[in-house]
Amino acid sequence: MRDWFELRIPALSQNESFARAVVAQFALQAGDWSIVELNEIKTAVSEAITNSIIHGYEGSPREGEIIVKGQATPNKLEITIIDHGQGIENVERARQPLFTTKPHDERSGLGFTVMESFMDELTVTSALGQGTTIRMVKYLCSATLQ
Amino acid sequence: MGFSTRYRGNILVVSLAGELDHHTANDLRHALEKELDKDIARHILLNLSELTFMDSSGIGVLLGRYRRISAQGGKMAACSLHPHLERLYDLVALSKIIPAFPSEDLAVGELKKDEVRQP
Repeated sequence: MRDWFELRIPALSQNESFARAVVAQFALQAGDWSIVELNEIKTAVSEAITNSIIHGYEGSPREGEIIVKGQATPNKLEITIIDHGQGIENVERARQPLFTTKPHDERSGLGFTVMESFMDELTVTSALGQGTTIRMVKYLCSATLQ
Repeated sequence: MGFSTRYRGNILVVSLAGELDHHTANDLRHALEKELDKDIARHILLNLSELTFMDSSGIGVLLGRYRRISAQGGKMAACSLHPHLERLYDLVALSKIIPAFPSEDLAVGELKKDEVRQP
């Protein structure tokens, strides 16, 4: 059985907590995730949405929108986070640990490192002026052992 | 997110509760900067027993305060880490910069121990 959801939210930081909670609830309903795994999922989602707000839309004159999509089977969770913001100039460089374009804003440059470490697959596609799509997949530990 | 501050001697104890993310990081940053401006704190101790969530935005704000207190010769420590934070703390090896202790008293003891050693 495949379950799915789609969520559209304004790209505002106060919506991050809400989006995390939705994804965690969706995951919990679909599979037998542990508390540790759920926290990893929530943290990865938080990083992706923060990324969209800060790097996609910061300084943009119009209010942006973020789309969060989820798909799940009992053994696999797939979350996609889409923005139509500025896009990332160099995705490979952005994914380097500690790389940040905003050190003065106390950005740690660890967002993609966290996403990569807490999820099993991470795909980032971005086009300047068009936006960024982050696709993350996590497998239930018991499923990967089979 | 909620937070409160108090002093144990010259140690600023910051108790964090709830979720520290991009949205709440700014409030915490401003409050702690204001507290540090009073020039009372030599060290900072973070009590994280009630902090159920933190992401890299939270790490950014903690490291920012670490830079300030260490530039003044002080130290930063954490205590009573909520189990939910352990994965992130380990992943980024945060304990190398902000060591975590099982209890507030142990952390305070450690921060004070350093002071005694100084001439």
